[in-house]
Amino acid sequence: MALLDVARPGRAAPGPRPEPGDRARRRRRRLLDDLTGWGFAGPATLVVLGLSLFPAGWALLISREKWNGITEPKDLGWQNYTQLVQDPALADAVNRTVLFTALFVPASLALGLLIALALNQKIRLIGFYRTCIFVPFVASAAATGILASFVFNPQFGIANAALRVVGIAPQPFLESASQVLPVLVLISLWSSVGFVVVVYLAALQDIPRDLVEAAICDGAGPLRVLRHVTLPAVLPVTVFTAVWQTITALQLFDLIFTTTRGGPLGGSTTVVYFIYEQAFKLHRYGYASAVAYLLFGATMLLTIGMIVYARRKNLEAF
Amino acid sequence: MAAATTAAPSPVTARRRWRLPFSPWHLLLMPLALLFVLPLVQMVLTSMMQDNQINRFPPQFWPTSIDLGHRSGPDERAAGYVGLFADVPVGTWLLNSTIVATVAVVSHLVLCSLAGYGFARLRFRGRQLGFFVIVGTVMIPIQLLLVPTYVMFARLGIVDTLAAAFVPWLASAFGIFLMRQFFLSLPSELEDAGRIDGCGRLRVFWYIVLPLAKPALATLTVFTLLGSWNDLIWPLIAINNEGSYTIQLGLANFQGTRRTQWSLLMAGNVVATMPLIVAFLIAQRQFVATMSFSGIKG
Repeated sequence: MALLDVARPGRAAPGPRPEPGDRARRRRRRLLDDLTGWGFAGPATLVVLGLSLFPAGWALLISREKWNGITEPKDLGWQNYTQLVQDPALADAVNRTVLFTALFVPASLALGLLIALALNQKIRLIGFYRTCIFVPFVASAAATGILASFVFNPQFGIANAALRVVGIAPQPFLESASQVLPVLVLISLWSSVGFVVVVYLAALQDIPRDLVEAAICDGAGPLRVLRHVTLPAVLPVTVFTAVWQTITALQLFDLIFTTTRGGPLGGSTTVVYFIYEQAFKLHRYGYASAVAYLLFGATMLLTIGMIVYARRKNLEAF
Repeated sequence: MAAATTAAPSPVTARRRWRLPFSPWHLLLMPLALLFVLPLVQMVLTSMMQDNQINRFPPQFWPTSIDLGHRSGPDERAAGYVGLFADVPVGTWLLNSTIVATVAVVSHLVLCSLAGYGFARLRFRGRQLGFFVIVGTVMIPIQLLLVPTYVMFARLGIVDTLAAAFVPWLASAFGIFLMRQFFLSLPSELEDAGRIDGCGRLRVFWYIVLPLAKPALATLTVFTLLGSWNDLIWPLIAINNEGSYTIQLGLANFQGTRRTQWSLLMAGNVVATMPLIVAFLIAQRQFVATMSFSGIKG
């Protein structure tokens, strides 16, 4: 890789022309630079790689085995991978994950932008609104999950009470295999849209005032300013946020664990929950690792795809 | 908006529209704000109600009387806050979470700022490759790491101890990236001056660079605190004895075992959430500023 040998002698050669006797001293100097550099960067690098790259490599070995963590692992070759392609339960989990992501990402971007536009106005109570919208972001997934099970409780939850006021029959929400995913999308929006709002707010405040004023001078109404000034200006941030939210959606685990644990009838068993069950309920370490590699591949393809798309369009998102 | 005209149209704008006495944005923001905050209000209120008051439809929003929990019989499980603190080691869990979050934040501040500075300013072999690989690791989903990390923790003998909860939080690629980007944006003249005056690298870092890095360190603190205090997955897979539970793991397990005791669940929720919410309300301005800081840089 060309990236490998970018470390140049650099500052070690300040003199116009090194004399022959200097060579040993220069080498010592360079070694000292290396030691200092890795002295600074080494500990954190070790921790991060030791907790990501090393286990990821190990997972590749495990994914080719049949192993329950106790007995001797048995080498299967690529059998786990050929098996996962034909696993109908996994196919269902993939479908649910795709559905969840397809609902969650656009909704969170749209809602986040809308709220950011509103919070960017100079009106009264803006501090109060901002506080209200950000507070849920601080709550943990465990707390959010318990709270959501309470709010959406079919028997006495306040969500059904609200539906009754407008004359709609009570709904099972999290206890129905067909409603559970949309409800989980709503809960995720509640707890995470604050992040999107903050990112958009920062982007909106970076739009030069005179750009907007020029557009208004040229006779543009609020909608045309939005269409031709605001939206193009926040497009790069949108790409970044879309990637971020997609990864979040693909890896959503905590909330599912603390609300439905994959149920009812597997209705919320997404890919990550499927992996958790295979590994820590059924102790199929090998198979779980193979599925996790599938998820890794999908995440990487999506991320790189979106970055390439952004580069093509000359958006400086990354 | 209803398009009624005013009684006496002014000569300048003949058909001036009827206007709301407030900005129309309030019509969007007010319901949304309530929708976001009311569940949390209900959480606090419910934590102070009796279970038989909670389990009824239509639900009661305001408690008729405040009840922090009581024991109905000598062998009964108590409800609410009393049940939380008497029957469950929730104090230990809070302490455990505090330890985990403290270790995570301190370790992040030390390790990530050192590494960020090294990658931003120092010249050494393997610098670019090291940084490139670290940033690449953010794409690895955590689910891929669960099994090998669990096995690794088991062999290190830290399963079922608090270390299993904080070791994954000692440093992060995000933290290193954040600090490096920040140090790159600092002018290096001050450091050069320090070097010329004979300071070593570490002294320059400690006395000159770190005092300038307060905004970035604040951002790092906020994100590490949020992440480590709220973390569920690592304690969930690696801690099985109640004495080493974090508050989040304790809560998540309530979900399974104390399903219908809502006063207790809500009291637990309040106890687990309030420290961060109070911190957020006090330091809200900095909180939002640091979050947007990371958003732009990220």
